[in-house]
Amino acid sequence: MSTLPTLALILLGIAAGGWVLRFAGQKATGNAPTFRDMPFAVAFGYVLGASLVVFSVWYFFQPTITDAGVPNAGVVFFRWAVQFFLLSAVAAYLFRALGRMIGTRGSKKLFRQMPLTASFGLLIVILYALTAIFAAWLAPYGQEAVFAKVNVLPGGNPATGGDPLHPLGTDQIGRDLLSRLIYGAQNTVGIAFITTCLAFFLGGTLGFLAATLQGWLDQILSRAVDVLMAIPSLIFALLLMTIASAWAGSERWLLTVYMILIIAVIDSTRVFRLARAVGLNIVVMDYIEAAKLRGEGLGYLIFKEILPNATAPLLAEFGLRFCFVFLTIASLSFLGVGIQPPLADWGTMVRDSAQFINFAAFSPLTAALPLLAAGAIALLTVGVNFVVDWMLHRSSGLKE
Amino acid sequence: MSALVEIRDLWIEGRSDEVWSPIINGASLTLNKGEVLGLIGESGAGKSTLGLAAMGFTRDGVRISKGSVMFDGIDLIAASAAKKRDLLGKRIAYVAQSAAASFNPAHKLIDQHTEGPVQHGVMSRAESMKDGIELYRRLRLPNPDQIGFRYPHQVSGGQLQRAMTAMAMSCRPDLIIFDEPTTALDVTTQIEVLASIRDIVEQFDTAAIYITHDLAVVAQMADRIKVLLKGDEVEEADTRTMLAHPKEEYTKSLWAVRAFERPQKPAVHTSATPVVSVQNVSAAYGKIPVLHNVSFDIHEGRTVAVVGESGSGKSTTARCITGLLPPTHGVIEFDGKALPANYKSRSKDQLRQAQMIYQMADTALNPRTTIGDIIGRPVQFYMGLTGKQKRRRVEELLDEIELPAAQYIDRLPSELSGGQKQRIGIARALAAEPKFIICDEVTSALDQLVAEGILKLLARLQDDLKLSYMFITHDLATVKAIADEVVVMKDGEVVEQGPKQDMFVPPHHPYTDLLLSSVPEMDPDWLTNLLNERGVDNIGDAAVDKMS
Repeated sequence: MSTLPTLALILLGIAAGGWVLRFAGQKATGNAPTFRDMPFAVAFGYVLGASLVVFSVWYFFQPTITDAGVPNAGVVFFRWAVQFFLLSAVAAYLFRALGRMIGTRGSKKLFRQMPLTASFGLLIVILYALTAIFAAWLAPYGQEAVFAKVNVLPGGNPATGGDPLHPLGTDQIGRDLLSRLIYGAQNTVGIAFITTCLAFFLGGTLGFLAATLQGWLDQILSRAVDVLMAIPSLIFALLLMTIASAWAGSERWLLTVYMILIIAVIDSTRVFRLARAVGLNIVVMDYIEAAKLRGEGLGYLIFKEILPNATAPLLAEFGLRFCFVFLTIASLSFLGVGIQPPLADWGTMVRDSAQFINFAAFSPLTAALPLLAAGAIALLTVGVNFVVDWMLHRSSGLKE
Repeated sequence: MSALVEIRDLWIEGRSDEVWSPIINGASLTLNKGEVLGLIGESGAGKSTLGLAAMGFTRDGVRISKGSVMFDGIDLIAASAAKKRDLLGKRIAYVAQSAAASFNPAHKLIDQHTEGPVQHGVMSRAESMKDGIELYRRLRLPNPDQIGFRYPHQVSGGQLQRAMTAMAMSCRPDLIIFDEPTTALDVTTQIEVLASIRDIVEQFDTAAIYITHDLAVVAQMADRIKVLLKGDEVEEADTRTMLAHPKEEYTKSLWAVRAFERPQKPAVHTSATPVVSVQNVSAAYGKIPVLHNVSFDIHEGRTVAVVGESGSGKSTTARCITGLLPPTHGVIEFDGKALPANYKSRSKDQLRQAQMIYQMADTALNPRTTIGDIIGRPVQFYMGLTGKQKRRRVEELLDEIELPAAQYIDRLPSELSGGQKQRIGIARALAAEPKFIICDEVTSALDQLVAEGILKLLARLQDDLKLSYMFITHDLATVKAIADEVVVMKDGEVVEQGPKQDMFVPPHHPYTDLLLSSVPEMDPDWLTNLLNERGVDNIGDAAVDKMS
């Protein structure tokens, strides 16, 4: 059977199921408002969701090795994903429960109102921060240490090509992957954080300045930003990095400094736009007029009157921007102009082992190599966004 | 005759901070065919919630916990969504407070008008269009054949409100809920909307629930009045009975609000130097002139009320005095000395002497700053007080505005009621120890009882501190209450000025006359008499247009 008719048949079945569900619900509950006023789309959604859950459970319990002795890669990866998801949920739940028990009254209250996603995000952010700070103590080996064993598979089980001394395996030139992942947290996350802060300092200050003073200063800044934004950012960054690498010469650390500056300037244009737009909405408020008429200076206006009212959107942007910067650095490293070897970096690690993804169908463990670093990037991005969503929700009093 | 709407023992709850708290506590209501019921109460009394419940509708986060709502024999609470969809718009219609926010700005009026009848299968689009034009004519909209083909932003607020009434009428409903339809309008425009609504409701014998906080308005519109207070019914009676003999204390206090009036102060010696003197001021926004040769004086301890409709230049005059809009011509003198035109070139002391209180306390107080800091800032900025001295002064000021300091000093503006916020605005102005305060529509966003409290507070402060006020308002009851002198403005010009007692006694300028006579009175026959006296063509926009 070809795929398209099968899919159509399944959807038709679900549609019928939705109608039956609604009808049965109406009959069983004596026409209760929940079923009586239920739109068909909602009933369809319920049945679709239920079908997916049933399918997932069935798929989860499929054998990992087919009868022919070939590993069933789909099932293996699905199991990993589900297990990781459940583990995260439990960890987040326990973390929240812990937060509710210990700490000050304020922090306990904070944890009581926290959704599970936020507690997961917070846990991730804290774990990453700790890893980055204590990388030198946590990592079993140095990030530049080379061993005689190349391409050891993760798992630590000699029977499947692993090595207990290197639980996550080694790369092509025999460096311990666990150590490099841990040091990568320090390099990638640390640099991304510094860059984002710099971008916010630049963009935020200029944006508020433009919003408050307006006139020619606003015109000059805004047009300059327009010009910078007109160039595709990754290509622009690549171009500048090429120039910078010529300037830096053999001084590798200088190139990293240049990279921070370049990404900060490019990303500050987005922050500028936001800060200016938010600022413009705030400057027209009567309390700003009252402060102006009181004779307050520019510094007071920006830092005491405008900034506190702009924190919610800026915070949300900070989380997003951090992820973008982080991904830009990873992309640049992947392309070879970012963080320079021998410094460990997740983007570079993905690049180095990228071709292993081709082995996914035959040896899921081999394919897991590039996924480790990529997963580390993805996890932090998700975690930061969860935390930012929650903070935004709290500070703006938004209801869902 | 059986009742059209019958609400029995209705309890409604709203959800906030994870708890359900009561909004309506067991209200009952009966409305017969063709009858108009007025629902009045302050904000938070639950009048809108009750009005919407009569349609079987609740807002998000609100639920009906007990009771029944019957509409023409149909149980609206038990009715299915499909059944309600069929009723709403066709047999029950709703007219919202802000027509400007309720019309879709992307579609022409007539297209929005025809949507309901076509959707409900009452009329075809062509029939409904013809009918819409007829309704526009009956509602006395200017140019009824063409006005429907305009977009909402192309017609005035009063016209938009009437177009919305026409839209509600499009299916000839049995019941219309009017939710404060004239609250956002000027007095002269309000009258015209009131007259048209009353006529059309009578012509089609439609039953209506008229929700408002303005007693004088409800007296014109309703056959019966029901008073609500914090979700409880206070009393219900015929309009005439209610106006003549209110039973409950609360109702009497509502009635008495309009009685507050300060005695006129003796005229100032002509040789005295005025605190603020506006001399031949003209101003423009860009190239468009908005003020022409405005002159008036404000003396020590006196209140000058500046009256006029929206767009008459009242607030622009205030902007000229504060220096936000430097005049193109003329000067502002303070204590006999000319002030620099732009506030940026004024000295700190000149800025301190003239303070401002704003209409919307919500936007006038920084939502992220505590009350202590809001009031403390001018204390520190102008007086140089810090630490304990500053805190003591803030506490004094909070005492002055009758708010317990210990309880309020660390709160954020969002934790205060509207009236309390306005008091904080007053305290912030007082903190600068000024001689002169501009009050820009300070009571227009408040309930009557709360507004009266603010007016009394301002009056007391004036006596204690010898303050001079410039009081911008469009409400003549407020003028009566607090002013010593009145300046009437229209189209950026001063039409008439003088002491209050002269102002309320004829003869006066025709525009002043129009303003004065347009203020609704508590007499249920007022609107009828006025219409008989002047004729329908001499009220509202038409009358204003004739004047210029």
